[in-house]
Amino acid sequence: MTTAPTTSAGLGPLLRRLTGDEKHGPSAFSTLDVIWVLYDRLLRVDPENPDAPDRDRFLLSKGHGPAAYYAVLAAKGFIPEAWLDDLAGPESRLGHHPDRLLVPGVEIGSGSLGHGLGLGVGTALGLRAQGMSQPRVYVLLGDAELDEGANHEAIAYAGATGLPNLTAIVIDNQSASHGWPGGIASRFTVNGWTASGVDGRDQDAIEAALRGHHRNRPHVVVARVEPKEG
Amino acid sequence: MRETFVDTAGALLDERPRTAVVLADISASAFAPAARAHPDRVLNVGIREQLMIGVAGGLALTGLRPIVHSYATFAVDRAYEQLKLDLDHQGVGAVLVSVGASYDGSSMGRTHMSPADVALIDTLGNWTVHVPGHPDEVPPLLRAAVEHDDSVYLRLSDQTNDHAYEHDGGRLRVLRQGSEQGTVVVAVGPMLEPTLRAVAGLDVTVAYTNTPRPFDTAGLRALLGNRGVAEVVLVEPYLAGTSSGVVGRALVDVPHRLLALGVGRADLRRYGNPADHARWHGLDPVGLRASISGFPG
Repeated sequence: MTTAPTTSAGLGPLLRRLTGDEKHGPSAFSTLDVIWVLYDRLLRVDPENPDAPDRDRFLLSKGHGPAAYYAVLAAKGFIPEAWLDDLAGPESRLGHHPDRLLVPGVEIGSGSLGHGLGLGVGTALGLRAQGMSQPRVYVLLGDAELDEGANHEAIAYAGATGLPNLTAIVIDNQSASHGWPGGIASRFTVNGWTASGVDGRDQDAIEAALRGHHRNRPHVVVARVEPKEG
Repeated sequence: MRETFVDTAGALLDERPRTAVVLADISASAFAPAARAHPDRVLNVGIREQLMIGVAGGLALTGLRPIVHSYATFAVDRAYEQLKLDLDHQGVGAVLVSVGASYDGSSMGRTHMSPADVALIDTLGNWTVHVPGHPDEVPPLLRAAVEHDDSVYLRLSDQTNDHAYEHDGGRLRVLRQGSEQGTVVVAVGPMLEPTLRAVAGLDVTVAYTNTPRPFDTAGLRALLGNRGVAEVVLVEPYLAGTSSGVVGRALVDVPHRLLALGVGRADLRRYGNPADHARWHGLDPVGLRASISGFPG
């Protein structure tokens, strides 16, 4: 057993249990700083009561490479650390794409790109319809994932309906095959979202950007990290 | 049927705070009064069917009961992966209500036809499928569907029978009794009326259902009794053979012959009206009579 890490740097041993990789530290994982900041500083979620109706929601839309997500869930007590030792094994609850019915605290099963933002819009609307104005819905996407047209259906409608309790986070490691001329944020702001650009490795800046949402508009944080290798 | 659906859904929105309606522009004007009364629970996302199903999944994740509605071809064919992942894979359900059926929109051409919708739904897990044959059958089916959280497909059509039949949990209802050795014909939804007209004077039993999933397999076995070789005819208003597998599994230990009638696979590239298409697919009384009286041949 390890003691629960108090900083993202302390996630190293948990990540190594998942990947068996001694070379790469936490910084090898593009989503790690954002997910850590969310779970360490922002999300009102409780591992003892992961289905509380008034909890905040974190939806990992970009289901690929969920190692950082699993490591944070283990560090924060949602899953036993021992689960990390058998990634995608025949009896494992943790696969290369997460399944919400197998992993406590996981809000959606994802993997096929372009599904999380629509589900997030529906979740935000469902909370609003039930008078729950406190919980916030965070959806994490990748810049290449934005290629999927379903995202643009969700971006346009969330802006049009002025969903105030929705935050999208785009991890930009410049992996979209054809790029996003004019910038990623503009895809959202033209539809009425507010936007913040941030260094995806600067945890204080990430926190400030995530807290920078407007009272009656959806918010996007574009977190730029080093370009994807290969 | 669409008007009955809109009225019933509007009443459910009034009565049950857990219900929500998600639209993609289709029928949005009909739902305008309900949207004024319940702006947070009548959601028109615009012409965005992927989002329509994704939103339904998200609503269900928060505990609401979404009723989703569009043309069958957009709600099922176009958004198939959303049905598979945003509902089934998330472990949540919705009530999916389609219009357009197989060739109700014949004058609009192939782009507005969806004969394969029930076959596609069949590839998903454990959906209930209702195919009402009369507008009066719609309200009890919709009301029953919002009582639970599993997925339900309610397939509305402009083709209707002369009479409505009471909702009895989806059991096969015998409407015409033939001899003990005669063929058993199962007519689904609006295929009942043309089937009854087709079999005048033939020795066949006709049973009706508006709930092909789950198919009343026990009822079918009971109807077949102890025939030497059972002869079964399915008359379905969607893709021919859609229920062949279900019936085959139900009769795995019963010697039988099965004739599965329904809409053909070919894109006919013809407009015309639904009666024309029924005739071209052999689903009008004349075509049905030819097929049924020639079986088993």
